[in-house]
Amino acid sequence: MAENVIEVRKVDKFYGTGSIRTQVLFDVSLGFERGSFNSIIGASGSGKTTLLNILGTLDLPSKGEVLIDGERTDGLTKNQLAKLRNETIGFVFQFHYLLPEYTALENVLLPVTIRKGRPDQGDVKRAEELMELVGIFNVKDNLATNMSGGQQQRTAVARALINEPKIVLADEPTGNLDSESTATIYQRFRYINATLGTTFIIVTHDRRIAEQTDRIVGVKDGRIDMDVKK
Amino acid sequence: MVSFGIALRFLRSNKVQTILIVLGIAVGVSVQVFVGSLVTSLQGSLVDAAVGSSSQVTISPDENNTVIEDWEPMVPSLEGISQINAISVSADSPSFLRDGSRTLSVLVRGLQFEKADNIYNLEEATYEGSWPTIPGEVLIGKELSETLAVGVGDDIQVTTPAGQNLTMVVSGLFDLNVRVINENWILTTLSYAQGIFGFGEAITSIETQVDDVFQADVVAQEVRELFADRPVEVTDWKAENAQLLSGLESQSFSSIIIQTFVLASVVIAIASILAIKVLQRSRQIGILKAMGITDRDASLIFIYEGTMLGALGATLGALLGLTLIWAFTTFTAQPDGTSVLSITAEPTFVILSAGIAILAAAVASAIPARKSSKLSPIEVIRNG
Repeated sequence: MAENVIEVRKVDKFYGTGSIRTQVLFDVSLGFERGSFNSIIGASGSGKTTLLNILGTLDLPSKGEVLIDGERTDGLTKNQLAKLRNETIGFVFQFHYLLPEYTALENVLLPVTIRKGRPDQGDVKRAEELMELVGIFNVKDNLATNMSGGQQQRTAVARALINEPKIVLADEPTGNLDSESTATIYQRFRYINATLGTTFIIVTHDRRIAEQTDRIVGVKDGRIDMDVKK
Repeated sequence: MVSFGIALRFLRSNKVQTILIVLGIAVGVSVQVFVGSLVTSLQGSLVDAAVGSSSQVTISPDENNTVIEDWEPMVPSLEGISQINAISVSADSPSFLRDGSRTLSVLVRGLQFEKADNIYNLEEATYEGSWPTIPGEVLIGKELSETLAVGVGDDIQVTTPAGQNLTMVVSGLFDLNVRVINENWILTTLSYAQGIFGFGEAITSIETQVDDVFQADVVAQEVRELFADRPVEVTDWKAENAQLLSGLESQSFSSIIIQTFVLASVVIAIASILAIKVLQRSRQIGILKAMGITDRDASLIFIYEGTMLGALGATLGALLGLTLIWAFTTFTAQPDGTSVLSITAEPTFVILSAGIAILAAAVASAIPARKSSKLSPIEVIRNG
């Protein structure tokens, strides 16, 4: 069995306190193999996004462990977590989340800027290649606010990939895109997965998208109710 | 570095907001610079008018004596006190001036004119004729010359306290801008005064000026200790002008109050605006944190924003304040070209005011910076 690049063990997650305390995740244990292409599927409110955020160390589990690259993350400081996120994980959020003050190219380079202060020529070249790959090279100097929803989403994809992360976590990455853009983005994901060996975990509520991945994990009411590998 | 770049971008992307904040700070700093300089200059000109052209520390005979004997060694001793910058000795006596049937009471002062000039600016004040050089020549004030209707070259009749009647020749006229002095003083050479009043080699006072007029009491005490074994009395202007001093003090105090409130309003303005900015930017901060920016860098963004706003505002404010000062001095000019009050801006005060505003901006940004540091990326991502 190949090793897991990212894993949660016996994770519980509660929100709120006292009488309004609700449990979102129940004793979830789940691992993803290095270089795999996965989806997490579930209805709205099933806890799939919470699971993804806990995997990405953006949210902390109430109980249980998160392991990234075989290392437990619960002992890390906030700064170590920030560095880990920066270098190991690329995020694509549901609502693209670009910085409106920056151009598309600058948004793509942001993880590099955070890592080393100023991108060098090699970084810019790599960013431009990625933008070419996701088909937004022609709008690279546009401000984030002067791009269509699809272009913004693809910018976010390029940004997630710029630091060549081991893992890409995507939350409904094509949630508000037309079918053509959706198909393009998944083609890119597949291509990057195949060429760079990047692990993909894609959260979606769309079964047709999930069926294009190699493994489908179903989440229902905070528990895993399905785990199918092709 | 990352934070600085982001801060700069945030400032540039919201130009209207940036300009408004910068203007707000600038107005505060300019008021600070203008009011501070105005009060300082006002005090300076008041003090200058009151004591600038008069003796600030005076040595006179004690109550058991009428003259100071053997005074020559005292001058080098006084010169040894570094704060003293002008020393002038005089032999004075009240006298009577006869003008037909009238008798006016005057003060005849024997001076060493070159030395007295350092205190009274006599050279500038002498507007007609010249200083007395030979016995019997005198310099009289503007008002006195008008009262007597005499000019340069005319004679005046003076009676000494001993009853001796003398005829003196007016060699020049002075205007010290103080009516009482212009009406009363008759200036002549030291040796002539010593002769007519029978002082011999003795004098009646030593007058001095000091570098910092507000240190006059301290210098006076030093002089007092220096001449402790002599039968003399040392007085300073501060002891004789207590009212003026308390006026100046309350003026300084009100100036400090104004400046404190201006500063407080600058701090509150920056802190509240930056707090709103953190809210506005919480989405961006969340994204940056998800992508791995550290809490420290996230908070530095706002420290830099605050400091840059402060620096821009302070620089603009200092320039604006200097412009106000220039405008005030220019537009309040009297027909003769002189200003009612010429305000001078002390460079150190302007730089200090600007520096304090920048520091205040940096400190004010600490609260929003803390908020930014504590912001959790998940809050932003969960709430969209």
